[in-house]
Amino acid sequence: MGFKHKDIIALRDLTKEEILLLLDTAENMREINSRDIKKVPTLRGKTIINLFYEASTRTRTSFEIAAKRLSADAVNISPSTSSATKGETLLDTAKNLMAMKPDIIVMRHAISGAHYFLAKRLPCSIINAGDGAHEHPSQGLLDMLTMRDRFGKLDGLKVAIVGDVTHSRVARSNIQGLTKMGSQVFLAGPPTMIPTGAEKLGNVTVCNSMNEAIDGADVVMMLRIQLERQGKTLLPTLKEYSRYYGLNPENLKLAKKDAMVMHPGPINRGVELSSYVADGDQSHVMKQVENGVAVRMAMLYHVSGGELTAE
Amino acid sequence: MGDGTTVILDENGTKRALTRIAHEILERNKGVSDLVLVGIRTGGVHIARELALRLEEIEGESVAVGEVDITLYRDDIKGHASHLPVGKTDIPFSLEGKKVVLVDDVLYTGRTIRAAMDAVMDHGRPDSIQLAVLIDRGHRELPIRADFVGRNVPTSQKEIIQVQFNDESRPVDVLLQK
Repeated sequence: MGFKHKDIIALRDLTKEEILLLLDTAENMREINSRDIKKVPTLRGKTIINLFYEASTRTRTSFEIAAKRLSADAVNISPSTSSATKGETLLDTAKNLMAMKPDIIVMRHAISGAHYFLAKRLPCSIINAGDGAHEHPSQGLLDMLTMRDRFGKLDGLKVAIVGDVTHSRVARSNIQGLTKMGSQVFLAGPPTMIPTGAEKLGNVTVCNSMNEAIDGADVVMMLRIQLERQGKTLLPTLKEYSRYYGLNPENLKLAKKDAMVMHPGPINRGVELSSYVADGDQSHVMKQVENGVAVRMAMLYHVSGGELTAE
Repeated sequence: MGDGTTVILDENGTKRALTRIAHEILERNKGVSDLVLVGIRTGGVHIARELALRLEEIEGESVAVGEVDITLYRDDIKGHASHLPVGKTDIPFSLEGKKVVLVDDVLYTGRTIRAAMDAVMDHGRPDSIQLAVLIDRGHRELPIRADFVGRNVPTSQKEIIQVQFNDESRPVDVLLQK
């Protein structure tokens, strides 16, 4: 099957087969990242703009490396250097960028829906690198790839997602992706951080406690407390949060013996994860980062399209 | 067999052609020292494995076989449509100082071979690259020719050459469809 989408904005828009295609492509792209010459000519001559209205280190760098490994020209624009600081609207910024003929815009924006807005108006491909509390599809895909590496499948896995689910685009993409692939998702977090109606998202169970969610889990995915945002208003204290919703060697024993520990980063050490767990044998955090490049290469490759005349 | 389909090589003919190519490879390279085979996915990989079996039968020494997927090296990506799935490249040995025999089932425009050579060179710098194909059907668009050919088959561009493999990925026959 082929990939027919011009844009990738949310995993909720993709079918199970399309997600599988992206994961399979990423798996084969990994070979390039292990070579001495980490470059293929696939997107030679294509221009990719990384338009990041919010701070990012790993996602932006990962997209930039992915673009360069496929031989595309990648340009980075961050909020402090863009005309957004002078009051220019998103559409005006995008139209001006379009005049420079990019093929793909990879965008992070604080407003959910900003990507759909641009995708309807611009001829180039739009890839969502995070939009508000909506979705973060590349993170969802790299998480799924990391889980599939470990278990060889996604179907039937018990995945616990713990923390600020309400404001987590990572959680939303994972819920969309994982439930489509047949995993069971268990959510836990302070009641102020669990969205109402979360059960309606698919094969999702909202638990009363963290222990209930991670009991017998194959994967424990910890979410970052966004200290710069709602972390200050929705929590009494970080110490209390850590006591009830932090992962440590004791409560990790409730999960399956070799359960995977995942975190989208950056980690607030001692809050979501104890250092012992973050650096322990069960942590797959660095593997997630490594898989991020391959997944983003797969996304850029498939949205760039191409009619191929088979020889 | 449907109308308009001709058997170019039957099973025995295919075996004989591959055996002859194996002898020619040995003759040209004076044995299997520093020789490796790299098959172009997917038909070329099957043919490369067949050649490796024959080389081992004749020389008593095994020859390493790698596989290369050329999807990411194609020169015909255009517009917005669906992409071909990316296959796996697996060359689990160093190419430095090696004599590489690139193997494909059918040689046509030469663009696949050009892409495969680029892919091989990205994995290292071999001493030389030679090309072995089961069928050469002509219509080259690039200055590329095979060193070892099982059968030259003059075709029109409307015709289709199909190398058929059994469930164990061994070649069964070669068909020409008009």
